[in-house]
Amino acid sequence: MYLIISAILLPFIAAAVIPLIHNRLGRLNIGWLALAIPLALFAFFIYHIPAISAGDTFTETLKWLPTVGIDMTVYLDGLSLIMALLITGMGSLVIIYSIYYLSSTDSLPHFYAYLLLFMGAMLGVVLSDNLMVLYVFWELTSISSFLLIAFWYHRKNSRAGAQKSLLITVFGGFAMLAGFLMLHSMTGTFSVRQIAVELTQYANHELFYPAMFLVLLGAFTKSAQFPFHIWLPDAMEAPTPVSAYLHSATMVKAGIYLVARFTPVFGGNSAWFWTVTLVGLVTLFWGAFNAIRQTDLKALLAYSTISQLGLIMSLLGLGSAAMYSGNSAEATAAFGLASFAALFHMVNHSTFKGALFMAVGIVDHQVGTRDIRRLGGLMAFLPFTFTIAVIGSMSMAGLPFVNGFLSKEMFFTASLQALDMELFGTGTWGWIIPVIAWTASVLTFVYSAIIIFRTFFGAHKPEKLDKIPVEPPAGMLVPPAILSFLIIALFFFPNLLGDHLLRPALSGIVPGIDGGAPHIKAWHGFIPELWMTVAIIVFGTILFITLRKWKSIYSLFPSNWTFNMLYTNSLKNLENTSSYLTNSYMTGHLPHYFAYIFSFFVFVAGGTLVWSGALNINLSNDSPLSVYEVLLVVVMALAAIAILFTKSRVSAILLNGVLGFSIAMFFVLFRAPDLALTQLVIETVTTVLFLVCFNYLPDWKKEISPKHVKVRNAIIAATGGLTITLIGLSVNSVDLYESISGYFEDSYELAGGRNIVNAILGDFRALDTLLEGLVLFIAGIGVFSLIRLKVRKEPNDNEN
Amino acid sequence: MKINDVILKTVAKAVVLVILTFGLYLFFSGHHTPGGGFIGGLVLASGFVLLFLSYDVETVSEGIPISFKKLSAVGVLISMSSALVPVFFGQPFLSQSFGYFDLPLLGKTELATVTIFEAGIALTVVGVVVNIILSISEGTK
Repeated sequence: MYLIISAILLPFIAAAVIPLIHNRLGRLNIGWLALAIPLALFAFFIYHIPAISAGDTFTETLKWLPTVGIDMTVYLDGLSLIMALLITGMGSLVIIYSIYYLSSTDSLPHFYAYLLLFMGAMLGVVLSDNLMVLYVFWELTSISSFLLIAFWYHRKNSRAGAQKSLLITVFGGFAMLAGFLMLHSMTGTFSVRQIAVELTQYANHELFYPAMFLVLLGAFTKSAQFPFHIWLPDAMEAPTPVSAYLHSATMVKAGIYLVARFTPVFGGNSAWFWTVTLVGLVTLFWGAFNAIRQTDLKALLAYSTISQLGLIMSLLGLGSAAMYSGNSAEATAAFGLASFAALFHMVNHSTFKGALFMAVGIVDHQVGTRDIRRLGGLMAFLPFTFTIAVIGSMSMAGLPFVNGFLSKEMFFTASLQALDMELFGTGTWGWIIPVIAWTASVLTFVYSAIIIFRTFFGAHKPEKLDKIPVEPPAGMLVPPAILSFLIIALFFFPNLLGDHLLRPALSGIVPGIDGGAPHIKAWHGFIPELWMTVAIIVFGTILFITLRKWKSIYSLFPSNWTFNMLYTNSLKNLENTSSYLTNSYMTGHLPHYFAYIFSFFVFVAGGTLVWSGALNINLSNDSPLSVYEVLLVVVMALAAIAILFTKSRVSAILLNGVLGFSIAMFFVLFRAPDLALTQLVIETVTTVLFLVCFNYLPDWKKEISPKHVKVRNAIIAATGGLTITLIGLSVNSVDLYESISGYFEDSYELAGGRNIVNAILGDFRALDTLLEGLVLFIAGIGVFSLIRLKVRKEPNDNEN
Repeated sequence: MKINDVILKTVAKAVVLVILTFGLYLFFSGHHTPGGGFIGGLVLASGFVLLFLSYDVETVSEGIPISFKKLSAVGVLISMSSALVPVFFGQPFLSQSFGYFDLPLLGKTELATVTIFEAGIALTVVGVVVNIILSISEGTK
């Protein structure tokens, strides 16, 4: 039974079915139907918890392309399970929320199809063991994210945000693919588990560090780490359920997941430790610092997400020290705490950020704006939303009695550990880790306070609002209320999560730590971590109250030296340069194109012929010429020369036909009926194609060009002909490669067919045929759209 | 100017039937003798193109209400899904299998999954070729 694989495929199938059945549902909101999928999957993964927490893992393999090592292998362990539960659990809540959030004018089947597409892709990412399969799902998450950000595609900002996120995450994805290929070339396998075992012996390989940094690039772009974080704030143009789901709870955690998954592969290496930790810390600080200046609540939450992702990332960096080979068992357990805290905070972040996004979505939906300069005093109007937002913000700020407090304390513990780690040169520079961690946490406190006090306290400003705020329908309040409940429940019963989910997940990051997984406690006595929290509250309150006085430091940063400007300018320059380059050779003049094609052919094919030493003309084995062959050659030569001197297009086409049919005759002479048939039909169809193209072509004129152009063209033509002739003469004389025809001769036994050609096409090399069919199809669509869908002149509704 | 094309139309009626039959024959004979999905599809397509040439697009579309765009998509879908099926039987992607069966009337017959795959290819070819020629000729109006 392929239950886990079916679990990945189910959302994809549902995504395909939803648009088809949408019209048959009558008044039922299609979201309720979509909700069934994540709910069922959530139950399915819950069912695996007992076995996983007992230390079991599940593997399923579907053979795909076993000859190149690409199989659909899924691997369910603690780490995958925790991600799968987040994906399906948050997915269920977000779908309930979106049913009430989206209006009936939005295209619901598109929305839910994209959302389910994303869900399937994300499950694929966290459950795949094979890197190539993981990569495909990884890019699918980028694509579905693109579609969801651009869901309100009539807005210019939505389209720009979607493009930005796609360009940055797919750039990272390509880098990651290169990294995966390097890993494969070192270890000879695509299986992550296998690579983790084998890579230790390749630590001095020249590809080791390039592979590491390329994989990290993929993870950093996806998880919006500095300086690639710039796409996340722009992605907030998506509908709020999407922001809550993709851009805080799941997709941006794919990079975190990847780093965690690769910790057994690269962990224990000082470059990995410092890169992941420092990038995480810089992101943590920069995100928190920038969140404070935001006036749009969603942008504030976006920067806060960036900051929190940085926090989790730095924890994974600190935790990777547990993989250092010289560690004692105690040290492994102690450093493993950081990875444990990373997992814990990842879950906590999903709960409180999900709740906050939904609360902000409610404010936006019920009030009509999410600009904090227009908001205020909403506590009286939206008491439930207020409660949810307070609980979420408290957790984000790391205050007691909510789950964020526990993981924040563990974060401080881990950062203080760096002081006496005595690994990777932490002795000299280790102190910056707790300093940045603490500073950023103060800033986190400030922006958490901004969310609550600027939105819900202060004076109500009805003159700046479009409508009178009232609480939304219960359906929008229930999902964030469930999350708020979890936020509090996880504070009082953290070890329920810790023992059953985090502990097995930790052994996926630090193999062999089983017994050493930490026990979560709220009260440790008066330890430094507690004083750090107290100091955060004190300093945070002071900073919040004096916010007006020091806010001017943000204007010290030059506005045209930001990463956003860099992105915008690079994109503009890239477009200009490529349009300049393309226009310089795409002249629309066919003789130019022929010149390019044939010179390229001469250089590549002719060059290979000479370079590989295949140029060897030996006519002794050739059969003697027959009369028919000589006659056909004469006919072809005459036709070819005559084309040059024709006065009309029709005769040129007919003469070209003579060439084609003569080639078909050659195939007949050489007893290749398949080829002869194909050539004949192709010739017929092309002639028809020529005829229907007639109207597009300009008048048949004699080519008048300067002498040097003519000489150049003559040289290209002559060398082209010479190359073909030399290849033809050499083919029979040299054996550069071993002949593979022997394999195909068994076609009757292997493929049940006597026609070897078709056995090759349909069986032995069927992948080629399949892709050729696909290419043909795409070409067909291309021709169709080029001709039919000419740029419409009438104005459309989209902003430009 | 009205072209008198009675002869063309009459001949086309008869010839198209022959061409289409020949195309089908080529498709099925491809397993053991020359033919196959690509060439079969190409011959079928040329049959349709002849119809479109001798009559006008509207008349033919009325008689053969097939969307050739959709046909090519269906073709790709068929060959793609026939490639996927073996994966669920524990075989690699795109594995083909065949067996010999005793069928009424036909006697001992070989049935091969490659036929389904090739059918997809043939439909793609028919759809794309006819669609390209139709769009180009219609685009000129």
